[in-house]
Amino acid sequence: MDETINLVLFSGTDDKLQAAAVITAGAAALGKPVNVFLQYWALRSFTKAEINADHGLAAEAGESGRKNVDALAKAGQASWAETFRQAKELGEVDIQACSLSMDVLQIEEEDLDPLVNGVEGVTAFYLNAGDGRIIFI
Amino acid sequence: MTQAADLTVDARGLNCPMPIVKTAQAVKTLASGQVLEVLATDPGSVKDFAAWSKSTGNELVEQTVDGGVYRFVMRKK
Repeated sequence: MDETINLVLFSGTDDKLQAAAVITAGAAALGKPVNVFLQYWALRSFTKAEINADHGLAAEAGESGRKNVDALAKAGQASWAETFRQAKELGEVDIQACSLSMDVLQIEEEDLDPLVNGVEGVTAFYLNAGDGRIIFI
Repeated sequence: MTQAADLTVDARGLNCPMPIVKTAQAVKTLASGQVLEVLATDPGSVKDFAAWSKSTGNELVEQTVDGGVYRFVMRKK
């Protein structure tokens, strides 16, 4: 199996993006290439206007989960955006916006945070993924 | 026996995966055979450093724990 890790990010909540950032940074530290494909609400969270905003948590977090996440952030945990930034500096991490999601959300390329390398369709995503694992979050 | 380090990374207080990310960044700046010391407080780092060493080939030459602080000494491949 190809050692490339391929993440399809759909959800735009901060907890899921944090989990995705951790998986990405870990792979980058091991020298594994990572392709990230941003769809829907994950894509919206990667826009310049939204990247530093509060994107909420998955519904299952509840009030106690919110407290746990806030406590770790207050203790100095790196944000998901910062974790992705460090992963990109460290290894081969390519972040692409899904072109259909760009159309759905009426986002233009200049609206995207510089963390995003470009825009591609699903066929290009599969081509780059090769035989590597695909993880959907 | 304490191995003298060429570079120390202080990852105390950092959560997973930052200790490994900082380590991988630091190892990039070293030459083959040079020694890196990492201090961490994340309990997960024990298994993570073993796995990272096995996967990347950078040797974990020393591992100690003192008062909740883990110390890893690695030699660059």
